[in-house]
Amino acid sequence: MTEDARKVTTGTAAPTGATRAAEAEGPTGAAGAAGAVGGIGEVRAAGGTEEAGAAGSTGEARAAGGAGAGGAAPGRALAGWSIKVEKRPEISPFWMAMAPVISVAMALVCGGIFLRLTGYDPFEVYRLMFKGAFGSRYGLVETVVKATPILLATIGVSVAFRMLLWNIGAEGQIYMGAFAASWVALSHPGWPPFVLLTAMFIAGAVAGALWALLPALPRAIWGVNEIITTLMLNYVAIYWVDYLVYGPWKDPKGFNFPLTPQFSNAAWLPCLGNTRIHLGLVFGLVAAVAVSVMLSRTRWGYEIRVIGENPAAARYAGMNIPRNVVLVMLLSGAIAGIAGMGEVAGITHRLQHGISPGYGYTAIIVAWLAKLNPAGIVVTSFLFGGLLVAGYAVQIFGIPADIATMLQGSLLFFVLGGEALARYRVKLVRAGGPAGRAASVTPRLGTG
Amino acid sequence: MEQTAMAFVTSVLAAAVAAGTPILYAALGEVVTERSGVLNLSLEGTMLVGAVSGFLVTVRTGSLAAGVVAAAVAGGLIAALHAFLTVTLKVNQVVSGLSLTLFGTGVSGYLGKPVIGVPTPVSFKPVVVPGLARIPVLGDVLFNQDILVYASYVLVVALWFFFYRTRPGLHMQSVGESPETADALGINVFATRYAYTIIGGMLTGIGGSYLSLAYAPSWIEYMTAGRGWIAIALVIFAVWNPLRAMLGAYLFGGIDALGFRIQVLGAIIPSFFLKMMPYIFTIAVLIFATARSRNYRIGAPAALGVPYERE
Amino acid sequence: MLSGDAACVVEMRDVTKRFPGVLANDRITFRVHAGEVHALLGENGAGKSTLMNILAGLYRPDAGEILVKGRRVQLGSPRHAIAAGIGMVHQHFRLVQTFTVAQNITLGMPQPRFVLNMRAIEDEIARLSSTYGLRVDPRAKIWQLSVGEQQRVEIVKMLYRGANILILDEPTAVLTPQEARDLFATLNRMKQAGRSIIFITHKLDEVMEVADRVTVLRDGRAITTLDRKDATPKLLANLMVGREIGGTMPGKKEACSECVLRISGVSALGDRGTLALRGVSLEVAAGEVLGIAGVAGNGQRELAEVITGLRRVQEGCIMLRGADITNRTPLEVIRCGVGHIPEDRLGTGMVPNLSVVDNVILKSYRSRPVAKGPFIHARAARERAADLVQRFQVKAAGLDRPIRLLSGGNSQKLLLAREISANPSLLVAVHPTRGLDIGATEAIHRMLIEQRNRGVAILLISEDLEELAALADRVAVLFAGRVMGVLRRDEWDIERIGLMMAGSATADTTGCSADKGDRVS
Repeated sequence: MTEDARKVTTGTAAPTGATRAAEAEGPTGAAGAAGAVGGIGEVRAAGGTEEAGAAGSTGEARAAGGAGAGGAAPGRALAGWSIKVEKRPEISPFWMAMAPVISVAMALVCGGIFLRLTGYDPFEVYRLMFKGAFGSRYGLVETVVKATPILLATIGVSVAFRMLLWNIGAEGQIYMGAFAASWVALSHPGWPPFVLLTAMFIAGAVAGALWALLPALPRAIWGVNEIITTLMLNYVAIYWVDYLVYGPWKDPKGFNFPLTPQFSNAAWLPCLGNTRIHLGLVFGLVAAVAVSVMLSRTRWGYEIRVIGENPAAARYAGMNIPRNVVLVMLLSGAIAGIAGMGEVAGITHRLQHGISPGYGYTAIIVAWLAKLNPAGIVVTSFLFGGLLVAGYAVQIFGIPADIATMLQGSLLFFVLGGEALARYRVKLVRAGGPAGRAASVTPRLGTG
Repeated sequence: MEQTAMAFVTSVLAAAVAAGTPILYAALGEVVTERSGVLNLSLEGTMLVGAVSGFLVTVRTGSLAAGVVAAAVAGGLIAALHAFLTVTLKVNQVVSGLSLTLFGTGVSGYLGKPVIGVPTPVSFKPVVVPGLARIPVLGDVLFNQDILVYASYVLVVALWFFFYRTRPGLHMQSVGESPETADALGINVFATRYAYTIIGGMLTGIGGSYLSLAYAPSWIEYMTAGRGWIAIALVIFAVWNPLRAMLGAYLFGGIDALGFRIQVLGAIIPSFFLKMMPYIFTIAVLIFATARSRNYRIGAPAALGVPYERE
Repeated sequence: MLSGDAACVVEMRDVTKRFPGVLANDRITFRVHAGEVHALLGENGAGKSTLMNILAGLYRPDAGEILVKGRRVQLGSPRHAIAAGIGMVHQHFRLVQTFTVAQNITLGMPQPRFVLNMRAIEDEIARLSSTYGLRVDPRAKIWQLSVGEQQRVEIVKMLYRGANILILDEPTAVLTPQEARDLFATLNRMKQAGRSIIFITHKLDEVMEVADRVTVLRDGRAITTLDRKDATPKLLANLMVGREIGGTMPGKKEACSECVLRISGVSALGDRGTLALRGVSLEVAAGEVLGIAGVAGNGQRELAEVITGLRRVQEGCIMLRGADITNRTPLEVIRCGVGHIPEDRLGTGMVPNLSVVDNVILKSYRSRPVAKGPFIHARAARERAADLVQRFQVKAAGLDRPIRLLSGGNSQKLLLAREISANPSLLVAVHPTRGLDIGATEAIHRMLIEQRNRGVAILLISEDLEELAALADRVAVLFAGRVMGVLRRDEWDIERIGLMMAGSATADTTGCSADKGDRVS
């Protein structure tokens, strides 16, 4: 009810930009950098001659006016326009719906500027990317192939995110799932396909779950920050798999490449027709439906939602938070582990270096873009699978495939900004005063 | 025999300081940012962007100073994006940090592609401090380093003084502890958070450039290898205190350096396990630091990670 | 631009402030003279705090103007207000807990600009505080201080900044009656030194005791300004509420004999690891309201939490109808039949972003009919919510709307309804009416009395002595984690309670009406 409007000056309106920090300690670039983003800060509108203006990026009144605390109106007139950011009384449904569309457009524009600056024709690159991912049967199949592990990993992390558990460790859980499934496949090549695949599935899920348990326990017991622990374990898992494929498990006939011998046929997941789309896709879709039902219809799902929204209320209502932390992390890790199993059993048919090129990290973005909604995750995973394929597609023209990673990051960045716009109203306000200089009208969301 | 052992220890310690320096810069940057109440998890990406932009500019201009400035500016820009999202638009700080990590990783990979394997025309070289370098052991360890290492010593002391003995430092901490209070007393919470987030990003960028201009010195994709995250863990371990951050950074540097030495000595431990060490050590340290302070958030700024909105 | 009234140090003319959906201040005109204590009287939500936040530079008015000593000023920020000599002590203190007193006081000052010589600042503070009899140790950390001491720090902070117009927002809410009297003495001293004090309150007796003039606000409008000599409590009450107050509470049924809750020698740690409860022994009988009085921070919150299983007991035991519930989990305590209205109703008792339905089933989702195996029976949950909303006249726009959109009174009614619907044998109510308007307060009181008459034992923790006087059958006073004494209704004596709240007296103790010979330390 008592939301106060904040006023924000634009860079052009902020006079000296001498932040307190800059005068104190900061390297010389600080003030300039503050100005570059528009000198956002809180400021009072200019009003008449007796106005009191402490400017946004000046930090303190005395920095602007040099006047002490003597008079009633220190500071000097700040003229011109200012941007006013104020909270909307209700979230705007229009902006909420438009946010993804605008954000994608903005991300593409910024990526385009970036491409242009580095000497490429953005339209051509985007055309090639789109064609590479969605323009052919091969491209579409590859998109689905890449979307499969992303979908599973995202469903996994989204369950944890619901409870505000930041499982950033899906990457490591994928590697451990792949490792455990490979171990089963390599040690029991003779088992019948159904038995072997089931065992691999279970092994992958259990390994992923246990890998997630490692950070879950300290989090549940002492409240150890899981962001860092899950992330650190990614590196450990990757080195563990590297150790195996460069060392004891290396294929003697593999020309010294870091990979294991191929699995027996019994360990291959069935594929759709003669494509590379494998049963893992079904795992992902089933997981999406199951998680969706679990969250919206079951008592456990209700607990997860309450804990995620308000842990104090959950405790008050008698919910066991540490136990839920452990259970949710186990589930989250298990689903990511299944993604790893799917990769070795469905695609590579062996364990190898770099079995996941960052699916676990992509999953974080996808989860947030889809607002943790399972149906949204299915669609977004597909799009991001396409983005990866598109990145590889332009690589042959000498453009770094990192363009895909960059676009992923900036997409999330813009969506976050866009959603904030649904919650806040940005207005351009003409502050009455002399010598008003016009400022840029659009709020700058960033420079990509 | 004793002399070679001594020489080994000295060389490991000196290497620990060098290996710890990029982490130290990033950790100091994060201490500054977090003290003002902003949690910036984008360190890994920011370091990479700092490393690649420092390297590119140095290759282009042949000037190390220009490289370091470029790294600082690039780091500051990434941090400014974070500040805009989290301070002005009040986006979840964790998510914003993660998105910028990925963004930074992508940008650095993209920009760095052409200079992979390109040698730098110049790199930071050790400069012996006359006099001080003659102190036994310590002299070789601390005062036979490059300029950026010496600058980090000064920075640690300067930050300590700034936090605990100056008015702007007091104001910065009040914004991190209780923004309502700071606001009520006329301290501009938004501008303060912007300023220190950007300064933190600049320091992190410099930390990245240390990797590509002094430590490696070359550009390798993903060359930070988790150092940004280790720096974040270090901040918790250091209880937001710059002096302890220095100690912690050298500890991590030591683990890093030791692993490398053991490998050189031809130990039987596979290198992959030695490479895991810093990460496992980070987890152990984090658990230790958290369990010690459990229930009482010792040292953590009370408003850390909470966007400020006027009532 | 000089104003006509020379004695006027502050003049607010036609000040209007609108918040989304609310007109908080509607063309309010308000004048303060030099050297007076001016009370700003009004109910919760009348617009007192908003008006003063405008004067303190925290809010900007949508319309109207402010004159200080006859000059028109723009109070764009607290800094400008301070520069104009206006300082405000908020109800929730604006102090940095981890800083020292001196650090807090110098915070935000323009001088010295860079390097701080804390020694010099500390000396200056010591000098200033002794002038007005405001004892504070400049080197103490804020979290080590009592609430009364923290208030003194706030006042010194404003004086240090040269404020000669001091705004105090409900300053006595956190004080014992004796501490309040000390505060009034300090205010008088400041008044004599020529400073003006604006005193926000909703308590009539305080207006009569300390104010020179009083301005009454109602529904965002200034109703009138009176000299104290023209005012009577009855007149003020009618002006403040706009209608006759009164109305009767449902009658009291005789307490039945069964002792429901028995706390013996309970000690527990507070959030900072220090002892917050020290050997507390209390008993509550069925059909009885035991009130817990005390200044905030003397163990009330911890007491509620140890009973409900949210905090560990270090020593002693808690029995509920003969069963030991010491250090049971919150879930086990709930299952034993304990209802709880927590202090922070939206932060702890509700999930603000979830729907009315989801909030109603917060404690009943585990059992039938809401639970159906591992699933939640959506229709049963909905019916339950609809039933409570209707039965307790909760105004909710829809059952699927997030609970945060409900008004404070309605969400509290819903919370209480939810707790009641579980048929508890004990209800722990912490500040159940804090911040609610008179209508909602009456409704909550009625609901509590009804429960008492149905035989529920009620532990009512409140800082509002009037509320305790109206509802409690017995009152126990907590000070520094100890029970200073228990008074029966017929022994009610505000003076004695005040002394106990200040820790300076103990009284004879009385246990359950049925169970004499109790143990109280």
